[in-house]
Amino acid sequence: MRVVIAEDHALLRDGLTRLLEAFDFEVVATVDNGPMLLPTLLERKPDVAVVDVRLPPTFTDEGLQAAIAARTEVPGMPILVLSQHVEPLYARELLGDRVGGVGYLLKDRVSNVAQFVDAVHQVAGGGTVMDPEVVARLLDRSRPLDVLTVREREVLGEMAAGRSNAAIAGRLFVTEKAVSKHINNIFTKLGLPPSDDDNRRVLAVLAYLNA
Amino acid sequence: METRDWIRDGLRAVADGALAIALSISSLVVLGLFLLALVTTPVLGLGALLLPQVTKLVRLRAGAGRRIAGRWGVPVATPYRPRPPAGGFPGWRPFRWVISDPATWRDLAWLLPGAIVGLVLGLGSLAIPLYGLQGILLIPLWIWLGTGWYGYGVTWPITSVSEGFLSLPQGALILAIGLAAAPYLRRADALFAQLLLGPTRNAELRLRVTQLTVTRADTVDAQAAELRRIERDLHDGAQARLVSLGMTIGLAEEMVDRDPAAARQLLAEAREASSTALVELRHLVRGIHPPVLAERGLDGAVRALALNLRIPTSVDSDLSGRLDTPVESAAYFAIAEALSNATVHSGATFAYVSIKRTDDRLLMEVGDDGHGGADPSRGTGLRGIERRLAAFDGTMTLTSPPDGPTIVTMELPCALSSPRTMLSSGTD
Repeated sequence: MRVVIAEDHALLRDGLTRLLEAFDFEVVATVDNGPMLLPTLLERKPDVAVVDVRLPPTFTDEGLQAAIAARTEVPGMPILVLSQHVEPLYARELLGDRVGGVGYLLKDRVSNVAQFVDAVHQVAGGGTVMDPEVVARLLDRSRPLDVLTVREREVLGEMAAGRSNAAIAGRLFVTEKAVSKHINNIFTKLGLPPSDDDNRRVLAVLAYLNA
Repeated sequence: METRDWIRDGLRAVADGALAIALSISSLVVLGLFLLALVTTPVLGLGALLLPQVTKLVRLRAGAGRRIAGRWGVPVATPYRPRPPAGGFPGWRPFRWVISDPATWRDLAWLLPGAIVGLVLGLGSLAIPLYGLQGILLIPLWIWLGTGWYGYGVTWPITSVSEGFLSLPQGALILAIGLAAAPYLRRADALFAQLLLGPTRNAELRLRVTQLTVTRADTVDAQAAELRRIERDLHDGAQARLVSLGMTIGLAEEMVDRDPAAARQLLAEAREASSTALVELRHLVRGIHPPVLAERGLDGAVRALALNLRIPTSVDSDLSGRLDTPVESAAYFAIAEALSNATVHSGATFAYVSIKRTDDRLLMEVGDDGHGGADPSRGTGLRGIERRLAAFDGTMTLTSPPDGPTIVTMELPCALSSPRTMLSSGTD
């Protein structure tokens, strides 16, 4: 699997490269600044990109902007965005194009290597992975999504974190059948029309972020 | 202007004219008292005790002049030096405070000419409408009928009854002129008062220095406290965790050959500790300067903040471009504090933020639909906002009636034309 890495700290860049190569990824390019990122992504067309939000020269959010721009050019280009802090606002922007293949994680998550690699695979496969902290902050609010039951909100939170039905069933100690029933209820309550299941999962998470 | 407004303004001006006459007479009394106190000063220091009291009267009278001038669109700032702390030889300090303040002498210099101008303009603004009223009431006609010799305006003297009736339209015209002119006479009086009662350039600067000294001290205090808090947080938090992290890893290194299972356990612990340290650092950083503020500016940071709140919050902002970093930060924390009050204390179900920028000011409003009754003297939060904004010459006003809604309005100068730069260029 071909990967592009964008990270300005040399230590982290090398660390990420080493880590991903250890799990049979092929790092085809590394970028250490914002302006180079978009051309690199468009030229190399990687299977997945791991991108830091904050990059030189302005050290604001050029990584995020480049990721969004690349996905405008190549819809669904799988990109996993890493950051020292997470904002539901940014998550909403990343999911705004309503196509999966997006991840948004705290940099700390890298330290749990197995989970991190799993997240990269999920994003590459068109899934959506949101950091648990984004999900936790959303669960903390009492907003419109009150139409959902407590259980359904839990399931939606797990979905936002990018878990499969089987994984959700395992974590909530229910059967997979129950999980898929909850998910169908969520889709109905949020008014999401029947469509490709993966896409609906993204839309459900987006509805959550917009509430 | 509507006719009604016009008449109301005229009548108000005439009433103030009458007030000005009374005040002018009181000016003369006050001036007399002051001179008496001054003259008796050498006599056993009697005046030294009297003077501060009389000065209070002078200042009361001058204060009334300033307030009335303000009513007619001529704001006059109070120019006095701050009162010295009590203590020392009784009577000496207040005496020196009064005597050495140039504003005392300017007040005094104003009393007589101010009284004359006040009398003349006051009588003028009374006399013209009264003369008009006399014409409207046909009083000249009655007097002519009784005495055979009287007149009004251009019909002087009156020679026939029909000529006598002409005083009615003339009177109406004169009354109208009188009412129209009265506000201008008041304004002229106000401008004269401003000439001597307002602070001189010098006094203005001195007042500014006093204000800056206070806000600077507040800012320095707040910043020192903030640094102490950060130091403590780092020392007790991330720093301590890194130390223990190093120890755990060292221990794992020791054990890796002897007991690989235990070493793995220790490494997992170490990873856990590093995560916790990162969480703590992230919280700390957010309190110092939120990353989203650095990345997106005020507009984006407030929108991100609104998304994180427990209650739905709308953000309406017309900011384009970035503000100066310090202003941006002060504005952000002020809004964040106001919003946190709204969500925590008010029991609101909805909040809103509006941010507007005029040429040189940033106007912010934070409101909620909660139960109101917020009191800035009770919590430290609102006071903190005030202090934060004061460092930039910004202001905060709060309206929070007992049944709500609570609205916090904040204003910050945010362009190069802030008073700071104006003043520094004015001193050279």
